[in-house]
Amino acid sequence: MENGRRKFLKIAGAAALGLGVKPVIDAVAGADEPVKYVAREGALQAKRWAMVVDTRKFTQELAEECRKVCHAEHNVPEIENPKHEIKWIWSETFEHAFPGHEHEYSDPDVMTRPFMVLCNHCDDPACVRVCPTKATFKREDGIVLMDMHRCIGCRFCMAACPFGARSFNWKDPRPYIGETNDEFPTRMKGVVEKCNFCAERLAKGVMPACVEVCKDKECLFFGDLDDPESEVRKVLSTNHTVRRKAELGTNPMVYYII
Amino acid sequence: MLEKAITGRAGYWIWVLLLLSAIGAGFITYLFQLKEGLGITGMSRDVSWGFYIAQFTYLVGVAASAVMLVIPYYLHHYKKFGKITIFGEFVAVAAVTMCLLFIIVDLGQPQRCLNVLAYPTPGSILFWDMVVLNGYLFLNIVIGWTVLGAERKGIAAPHWVKPLIYLSIPWAVSIHTVTAFLYAGLPGRHYWLTAILAARFLASAFCSGPAILVLLMLILRKLTKFDAGKEAIQSLAKIIAYAMFLNVFFVLLELFTAFYSNIPGHQHTFVYLFHGLHGYGKLVPFMWTSAVLGVTSLGLMIIPSVRKCEPVLAITLVLLIIATWIDKGLGLVAGGFIPNPLEHITEYFPTIPELIITAGIYASGALILTVLYKVAVGVKEENEA
Repeated sequence: MENGRRKFLKIAGAAALGLGVKPVIDAVAGADEPVKYVAREGALQAKRWAMVVDTRKFTQELAEECRKVCHAEHNVPEIENPKHEIKWIWSETFEHAFPGHEHEYSDPDVMTRPFMVLCNHCDDPACVRVCPTKATFKREDGIVLMDMHRCIGCRFCMAACPFGARSFNWKDPRPYIGETNDEFPTRMKGVVEKCNFCAERLAKGVMPACVEVCKDKECLFFGDLDDPESEVRKVLSTNHTVRRKAELGTNPMVYYII
Repeated sequence: MLEKAITGRAGYWIWVLLLLSAIGAGFITYLFQLKEGLGITGMSRDVSWGFYIAQFTYLVGVAASAVMLVIPYYLHHYKKFGKITIFGEFVAVAAVTMCLLFIIVDLGQPQRCLNVLAYPTPGSILFWDMVVLNGYLFLNIVIGWTVLGAERKGIAAPHWVKPLIYLSIPWAVSIHTVTAFLYAGLPGRHYWLTAILAARFLASAFCSGPAILVLLMLILRKLTKFDAGKEAIQSLAKIIAYAMFLNVFFVLLELFTAFYSNIPGHQHTFVYLFHGLHGYGKLVPFMWTSAVLGVTSLGLMIIPSVRKCEPVLAITLVLLIIATWIDKGLGLVAGGFIPNPLEHITEYFPTIPELIITAGIYASGALILTVLYKVAVGVKEENEA
């Protein structure tokens, strides 16, 4: 009897340990693997989504239009206080988009041009690496997404992102949304958010909102980096392009023609 | 043993009530923060961590510094630390508890904090920080309580506690190393992106933590019959002097690399903190206070006659604590975010609600420490009687 009870306790203990260890092992094994998803019929699909910005053709008005359309589409609040601002896409001058690359004899046209900045949907995203809950993750097609319901609001991703692409909801954003778009969720206070490369539009078979805004101007290209026939690949092979802080090794997927 | 904490003189109860009211004020302000969001703090889109995470970082160091007693006493059998090692371990308990509270109040969605366990992510340093901090808290509670319980009964501590004590040594180093890795592994944050950060953290921890402990021992001597002993305090003072020397030396190494290499990104935060950048310089007076007090306290600490005079030692340690606290608890975290990745400058300063919540957490730590010290001193007084 004594023997039986001991044996039982040993087995039960080992089993409990095994059950406790399993999720950790699974997590280690699955760390950094891109998240698979099932595309709906009619969805735009790619192996690796990327964007090319032709800054030569951008005007202040167009930049502002992109920002407005994107923010309206995604229920991004308009908060006056710059400390609490939420931004998905916005324009910067060259010296802020590419700090350290300006010099005193730089072309004034380039220096005053609007540079659209947004999440770079990096191939090796630092934000995904640091997130303690996998609330931010990279999808198989390269889009870096957020699960707003899982985010604990620790803001480690904001410290990790070298592009300042992420915003935190310092207060309830809903009173600051002009007209709510019922097609897209609003957020609550205490979570981080950022550009999602319009994953919700791609799922419906339409191009990202900002790309749509720039359609006739041919200054924003979006497509599959893995497909040699895609428009982005053609633009990249015929123009010299640069990426923001490529030296940091995050492998940004937004390219700029200067 | 805990019953010793519920008997005390009027002064004890006034102190406890004072702490409870500070905790109450902090808690009510926290409820306000929970309702309104973290926007009531001075943090912003650009400076997205502030006072809370800075206090957490400072206190991880205080917690880790218990090892400066554990190593001499348990590994080198330095008997003079026998009486006070328990007090170092209890400081660690209070400090780690405060660390955990500071992380909780910094979360945007604290009710989801168990997501860290539900979706364990070993690639995230924050996951490991959670593991090592909770482990360290557990180790110190178990070790401290068991050793004190044995001392009360006048018997040797049980054998099983020895491996835990040995384990607590690398564990203490791990909590501050992992905390440094939160910062030191981020691309594009030049001020933090330095291989020496963990070493710097440990050096500043091993001077500021024992400094706090020495002050606590001097207070205990005044208020109770417990005397840590002159020799133990002098040994701690030597440890503090060495650690403070390393701390200052490491900061100078950072300055050399940043300014001799002449790489702008590596200099920006230093320039912002000590001189001001593009007209912004809110933290400049604080950082110079830190630098002057740091060098002064180091200078005093290395003079043997100064160290040996306890009243002067006490004042020197206060200067040292202020210097290291400003460096880690104010400059390090906010400074790392300035300028932002796009080289815009948003300054940071804590708000009143943020300070009240912070004070509430410090009061919680002080209350835990008070109760634990009351028990420990009670046991020691009882045994001597």
